[in-house]
Amino acid sequence: MRYLPLTKNDREEMLNTIGVNNIDELFSNIADKVSINPKFNLPNHKTEMEVERHLSLLSDKNLHADNSNFFIGGGSYKHHIPASVDHIIQRSEFLTSYTPYQPEISQGTLQYLYEFQTQVSLLTGMDISNASMYDGSTAAAEAVSMAKRITKRNEVILSNTIHPHYADVIKTISGIKDNEFVYNRNFSIDIDYLFNEIDENTACVVIQNPDFFGSCYDLSSLAEFVQSKGALLIVVVTEVLSLGMMKSPGAMGADIVACEGQSLGNPMNFGGPYVGLLSTKNKYLRQIPGRIVGESEDVDGKKGFVLTLSAREQHIRREKATSNICTNSGLCSLAFTIHLTLLGEKGFKNLSRLNHESALNLKEKILKIPEVKLLNKSFFNEFTIALPIKGEVFVDRMAEKGVLAGIPVSRLINNNKELDNFIVVASTETNTEDDMNSYIEAANEVL
Amino acid sequence: MKNSDKGLNHDEPILFEIGGMDKSGVDLNEPTFKENFIGDCFEDREIGLPGLSEPESIRHYVRLSRKNYSIDAGLYPLGSCTMKHNPRLNEKLARLKGFSEVHPLQPLSTCQGALELIDEISIWLKELTGMKAVTMTPKAGAQGELCGMLAIKKAIEARNECNRTKVLVPDSAHGTNPATAAFLGFDVVTIKSDKNGRLNFDDFKENVDKDFAAAMITNPNTCGLFEDDIIEIANYIHDAGGYLYCDGANFNALVGKVRPGDLGIDAMHINLHKTFSTPHGGGGPGSGPVVFSDILKDFCPAPLLKQDEENYYLVENHNDKDIDKSFGRLCVFHGQMGMFVRALSYMMSHGSDGLRQVSEDAVLNANYIKSSLEDILTPAYEGYCMHEVLFNDDFLSGTGVETIDFAKALIDKGYHPMTIYFPLVVHGALLVEPTETESKNSIDQFIETIRELASKTQDGEDFFKKAPIYTPIRRLDETKAARNPVLRWQKNDVIAAE
Repeated sequence: MRYLPLTKNDREEMLNTIGVNNIDELFSNIADKVSINPKFNLPNHKTEMEVERHLSLLSDKNLHADNSNFFIGGGSYKHHIPASVDHIIQRSEFLTSYTPYQPEISQGTLQYLYEFQTQVSLLTGMDISNASMYDGSTAAAEAVSMAKRITKRNEVILSNTIHPHYADVIKTISGIKDNEFVYNRNFSIDIDYLFNEIDENTACVVIQNPDFFGSCYDLSSLAEFVQSKGALLIVVVTEVLSLGMMKSPGAMGADIVACEGQSLGNPMNFGGPYVGLLSTKNKYLRQIPGRIVGESEDVDGKKGFVLTLSAREQHIRREKATSNICTNSGLCSLAFTIHLTLLGEKGFKNLSRLNHESALNLKEKILKIPEVKLLNKSFFNEFTIALPIKGEVFVDRMAEKGVLAGIPVSRLINNNKELDNFIVVASTETNTEDDMNSYIEAANEVL
Repeated sequence: MKNSDKGLNHDEPILFEIGGMDKSGVDLNEPTFKENFIGDCFEDREIGLPGLSEPESIRHYVRLSRKNYSIDAGLYPLGSCTMKHNPRLNEKLARLKGFSEVHPLQPLSTCQGALELIDEISIWLKELTGMKAVTMTPKAGAQGELCGMLAIKKAIEARNECNRTKVLVPDSAHGTNPATAAFLGFDVVTIKSDKNGRLNFDDFKENVDKDFAAAMITNPNTCGLFEDDIIEIANYIHDAGGYLYCDGANFNALVGKVRPGDLGIDAMHINLHKTFSTPHGGGGPGSGPVVFSDILKDFCPAPLLKQDEENYYLVENHNDKDIDKSFGRLCVFHGQMGMFVRALSYMMSHGSDGLRQVSEDAVLNANYIKSSLEDILTPAYEGYCMHEVLFNDDFLSGTGVETIDFAKALIDKGYHPMTIYFPLVVHGALLVEPTETESKNSIDQFIETIRELASKTQDGEDFFKKAPIYTPIRRLDETKAARNPVLRWQKNDVIAAE
């Protein structure tokens, strides 16, 4: 067994030192109660080659972004990741270290997290950020819990165009009762409705931007109104690259920003692991959950970094903690920060524009298909179209032609018939003109 | 900038001091579009992101990496963290494009292999734990706890017994247990440990009343001991109409050897990043699937993986009729797929026989350390331990050396310290978990180092208080960091002139 270093002799010697005859004596207090060494209906150990063969077969059954024509977004995006990112995150010192509880031998992790926190704050236009969350959806849920603690109010208003999974996660994790939750699922954002719903019980308003359907909004006046009622504005961003062409959520007046960072450095991975970004204003610093790295100095006066503000956290505060979170998404945040460092200001903004350009080009081509309509008045790198047939049928037919054509809205919102013919389509810097032409060709055949 | 490097030990400035606004390590084409379609929130703003060319980036991060300790470089005896070897095969397989480049919302017909993999790992987890159902979505151990306790909450609501709000948690538990219960609005009552390091069953019974909802018990517990009364406790809980949540952080002591399902538990999370070797990555990503007993399985979160005659499919909306009792959804999409691939590769590599050897060797190593050190350190409890051994600081009494100093001195001897000051029930705790992936040589050397340091405590505290001295940085002022938080670099950061 290749991962187990003890030999038979070692084991015997060690049992001797302990003073027992066999290993089961060390489990004797359990054996008194239940049977140990049960028979499992599982295979015995396999060679490296056998395991590789088995998992490769499973992998081969899937269509993926590199062997298909790929146009799916909706909170997970296909982008090109520079080769050096994956190389660096596989260095032993990053891959196989633990949470940096001993700062003297963890400065590598602590320093990149400090740099990460700074990059995230700059992107979102906020004062401070934590050292990452599990993903964008759980960051959004934690943001809502945070807003409830800050305002000491319970009602939450979710805009109707937030990613439906995000809405479900927020509702589940932040424990919102049905009567404390305003949300209706249809296509367009209804600002008047939002204005009307906000009152003295509202803890926060949550808006995704660009929203699930791809549309972009200036939220400045909404922010002002929300804050005038003593509530907080939470902005959710599922495509972090959009921040290269848009006013930052901070500049629009957001109080908390929850972001999915997968687009930088992290592959789609069938949904995880990803990296959640959470930023806020300085004044809410002590209400932010999760790990935070801060600057300090050592006994010789040398600058260094430590995990800080742990008085908020569960290992110190136990049942009085701000959240039960104790992990961040370390390695994914490393991939994020390396990719962003490689891009730099110019590269990031350029990449953002290339995404927009790609979507503009696809839109032009797609609208030439008879009976296909664009629903957006604005978008970044994805948009929603109405088809003459059901979205689900279209997408399945396209898949048969090797085109992953988008997300049928009905897959996520299954209680609104008006949305049945809608699909959300994304196009990024990875999509070539040929890809787009093949999309159109296939679409013309299946429609 | 003054050079203060020493041999291989390089100081590395922060990115914002070395990067440039005009630098990039990525070549991109220039966009040519004339008019954007962003609308009124379009802005060409100055963000302030410094860039580095590829060689500079690599050097920056490589130099940073050299300031980290890692399991690849040495024994990492952090109790309750299970820092075992991370097989590289798992990394290779997680990067197969048929897993890494698959979108979570592709048509289900195009990702049958991915769904099959989730089914396979589910089967392994159910079989190894002896439990009826598993939900794969929780993103980490703490989210697994949340998942289990949400299911319990929902089950209580389904019985119309919302008065049941009390959750009992032993004082030795991980902080996440009481934090999770409180986060969900439960009233947390702390149960004392007894003199043998186990939950005090009498104290426990006294706190079970009509408001009792559930208990959250770690088994083996954080003292490294099996809760001997667990079956009696489980029966007592069920007779009182409550549920038993088990924190499975220490499953490495039992895997392949004992089925938690035989102990009467109702829900338990499994840390794939502990027992099943997915890398800790400097603090995540983790993965915390939860196994459920029959009585809780209907309350699992969305999505639910199902199979008809030909295909796998997902029940994704929690109002779908197959999962209409579900408590909701814990994360966008379907969980930490990248971790599932790694964990399944690990399980298959070990097999049923190898996994039993894992727990046996893990327990053997811990007891060997205990036996080899009990004359010079002070074990917190008598008897055999499970996969980790707990010492108190009695052996330091009168020396002026405290647990933290002892830990820092261990750093100077080339080791990452054990977990210190946890669990809270033992004074100056030192919790040592060697795991099964250490050789006897490695463990013998660790034992010798600890013995040497323990003897040295008799020569006075000076050596220990100064430690560490061979690290890139020495002891840091954590109070200052918390009192005056500097959490990011600022453009106009002017160092105050004295």
